[in-house]
Amino acid sequence: MKFNKDAAALERRREKLRRVMLGSAEKRGLLGSSVVYLLLIVISFIFLYPVLYMISRSLMSRNDLLDSSAMWIPSSITLHNYESAILTMDYWMSLLKNLYLAAVPTLAQVFVCSMVGYGFARYNFPFKKAWMGILILAFLLPSQTTALPNYLVFQNLRMIDGTIKPFLITAVLGQGFKSTLCILIFYNFHRQVPQSLIEAAEIDGAGHLKAYFRIAIPLAGAAIVVVTLFSFVWYWNETYLVRNYLGYGATRATGLTTLMLELNAFEDSYANAYTTWASSVTSSDRINDAIRMAGTVLAIAPLMILYFVLQKQFVESVDKAGITGE
Amino acid sequence: MSKKAKKNPHDKRRLTRRTLREWGFGYLFILPWIVGVCIFFLYAMVQSLRFSFSRVELSNGVILHPLENGLFENFVKVFTTDVNFPTTLANFGVGLVLQLPVILAFSLIIALLLNSKIRCRSLFRMIFFLPVIIATGPVMSRLTAQGVSSVPMVSQNALLGILSDLPEFIYTPINNLFSSLIMILWNSGIQILIFLAGLQKVPRTLYEAAKIDGASGWESFWKITLPTVRPLILLNAIYTVVTLATGGANEIIELIYNATYTATQGYSYAMAMSWIYTLVVSVILVIVFLLFREKSDKHVRYEQKRSAVKAAAGR
Repeated sequence: MKFNKDAAALERRREKLRRVMLGSAEKRGLLGSSVVYLLLIVISFIFLYPVLYMISRSLMSRNDLLDSSAMWIPSSITLHNYESAILTMDYWMSLLKNLYLAAVPTLAQVFVCSMVGYGFARYNFPFKKAWMGILILAFLLPSQTTALPNYLVFQNLRMIDGTIKPFLITAVLGQGFKSTLCILIFYNFHRQVPQSLIEAAEIDGAGHLKAYFRIAIPLAGAAIVVVTLFSFVWYWNETYLVRNYLGYGATRATGLTTLMLELNAFEDSYANAYTTWASSVTSSDRINDAIRMAGTVLAIAPLMILYFVLQKQFVESVDKAGITGE
Repeated sequence: MSKKAKKNPHDKRRLTRRTLREWGFGYLFILPWIVGVCIFFLYAMVQSLRFSFSRVELSNGVILHPLENGLFENFVKVFTTDVNFPTTLANFGVGLVLQLPVILAFSLIIALLLNSKIRCRSLFRMIFFLPVIIATGPVMSRLTAQGVSSVPMVSQNALLGILSDLPEFIYTPINNLFSSLIMILWNSGIQILIFLAGLQKVPRTLYEAAKIDGASGWESFWKITLPTVRPLILLNAIYTVVTLATGGANEIIELIYNATYTATQGYSYAMAMSWIYTLVVSVILVIVFLLFREKSDKHVRYEQKRSAVKAAAGR
């Protein structure tokens, strides 16, 4: 009798354990959950590995770099590498220049692309399909074929002088960095706004322009946030076209620069800076991986900070831009 | 609307004026872009084509001379005299074809994981999206130089040992794929979000109904999930090709840039290179489009054709 009761209790316990581990029809079991979490955590680690490596390396002293036992944790944290990298990149000045070079064209780009996207979404006009075709072609084809002729256009206008002019002109004419994608995002967004809303305003006596500024723009708030954030990131990160517009062999001494360009030229700048300081430093101050990594961290730090502050806006952008179609 | 207009000539005139106003405002809104695209895209395309089919002389501006050794001299030169370009291009093409399925499958799996009921979803999303913000050419090349671009725990040597018998133009891209796996996965941030947004639009009741009817998770994946995200696969595939071809650590872009300012190569040579590159990218895009487009399109077109034939026969 007692044996039977025990067996029944055991059976019940086993059944409960099975349900918790493997789950039931309504709920996923512990086992399934832990597999999902394990996968997510492992992949997260793989994703963050280069960033973690970069940060840990940049804090290492020269001795730690050579010591294989200090693979991950520096034996003593040093900020010396950052000091060198800041001097090498002329960091604070370059940061200011980069902010200016990214923010001003971004504003122009957002304004113009919103207008063009609205024009395509709201109106019908002859050859609209042909223009849309060109728009999509411009999005798909790599910009290397057009980069050189564009450079020559600006050179003929004497505008390749290390200033913001080429960036601003292309942005105002809807040809900035990834402008085409921005136009497509706005096009998608404005198309989802009920046409009747705009038409109602126009019947009420609002002109076409007023309908755009008073109704379409306020409704497109989410798209404006998305395009502004991404345009800023694109302007910040682009190197090929930036080099083109600033001029071949442009340096920060002669005009604007970006942190990515400074990172590209890091070794040369360091060598130059090194000969300038040579009287005061010892030969052990030759460039090493820790200094390089400190420079890399510094170059991406502004965007990292922006991302951590506005991560919600970034991550929800895809939903809000309506790229996936409704 | 047009039918009505035909009935009443007075209405027609008014409508026409209104339509003209519509056209005018439409063009007004896109005017800046039209000016821009004509100068910086259409004119630039024509110019670069002309460059690639002539000899460029730089003296107080650009002077174009006709080619002496055949129209395709520059293109022939790219393939015959250049050591790096053909191999780099082949590696790029094969690499792209290998990376594309990896990125698509990976981002779909991550999106599926994120779409299941989990805590800290936004934290994970944030981590997977981070590379979109920081993965730039200079940063990626720094990290690759440090050797942190591959998954550290995986021993690749055994697998690569087996593959080393393959011809070089296949082996090198596979080797690249493994040695920079993290950098490749870093390109999947946007794709994950696009898939996730699509998955979240699938009503949960659909899965519940399927479960009641006795469908396993595996079956509902193939019968419900995949058909819903199918259009997004095409979108993501094209997006992936475009981003890989235009940005990041792309050696061909660097080659073209350097050729432009090298005395022995020059403008026309660089433009010939970039047109070859554009052609390769376009071919890949067309293939991707044909592969991933929705098959129902074919059906619809067939139906349209059939009804058109019927109509013609009836007449």
